[in-house]
Amino acid sequence: MSLAEFFHMGGYAFYVWGSYGIAFIVLLLNLFLPQYQHRQQLRKLTRRHKQMEQNT
Amino acid sequence: MIMKFLHKLASPPHFYRLVGRLIPWLGGLCLLLLLAGLYGGLVLAPADYQQGEGFRIIYVHVPSAWMSLFIYMVMAGAGAIGLIWRIKLAEVMTISSAPIGAAFTFLALVTGSLWGKPMWGTYWVWDARLTSELILLFLYLGIMALYGAIEDKRTASRAIAILALVGVVNIPIIHYSVEWWNTLHQGPTVTKFDKPSIHLSMLIPLLLMAVGFKLYYVVTLLMRARNELLVRERNSRWVAEMVTGK
Repeated sequence: MSLAEFFHMGGYAFYVWGSYGIAFIVLLLNLFLPQYQHRQQLRKLTRRHKQMEQNT
Repeated sequence: MIMKFLHKLASPPHFYRLVGRLIPWLGGLCLLLLLAGLYGGLVLAPADYQQGEGFRIIYVHVPSAWMSLFIYMVMAGAGAIGLIWRIKLAEVMTISSAPIGAAFTFLALVTGSLWGKPMWGTYWVWDARLTSELILLFLYLGIMALYGAIEDKRTASRAIAILALVGVVNIPIIHYSVEWWNTLHQGPTVTKFDKPSIHLSMLIPLLLMAVGFKLYYVVTLLMRARNELLVRERNSRWVAEMVTGK
């Protein structure tokens, strides 16, 4: 099987690669979103606790 | 010994720390399984005698559909545990499961639609399997919206647990829809009690993908659960000690 044949998927390229592409994007987003939220939350908490320390 | 371990694990600071160390390992294992499954499914498995290369959509579609049901059952189960025993961690697992379940349900619908077009000649039909799976997506989204709409998160957790439990009625409907009603959707290939009607070289990548997706769920569930814990416990001592480094 040549590489071009592989990407052609016997004429089903749009459907096969479309499925895999969307799955890839959705799964990647679902991985990075919680990671991003985690960093944001930690940053927010650190700021808040610093302010609380300064006020006391 | 085990009870002591479980009890310790259920305490938010221990859970947060232990899970934080566990995530990279589980994530690595998940990636390996998915890569092996993709290689087996896209390269090694032979083309289907009826559907040609188009059948390869099975390796994202079927595991996604399985996950959409599996996550719902876990979510409803955790919801019930949270309702009965008021265990905080169970409440956290319930809401953390919803967006992941919604993502897999969305994927099952979209990849199914992309599979339906070349094989059935249409992206969508309002038959039992597709419609009940669409309702599953709305259930997940409804649970997320309801949780977001209630300020107090303990109350919100009770509300979504009840909604999730009511929605369980949809799960057997989805599962048996291809047997109860006439439909374009094909019947089960793998989960038949007699011999599965699929060749091993096609089946093994499918199982690899399925286990990979399960691990992916575990990893993202734990990530989301840690976030949810941080938000809920923002005024507790352990969070304060962690962020100030004391």
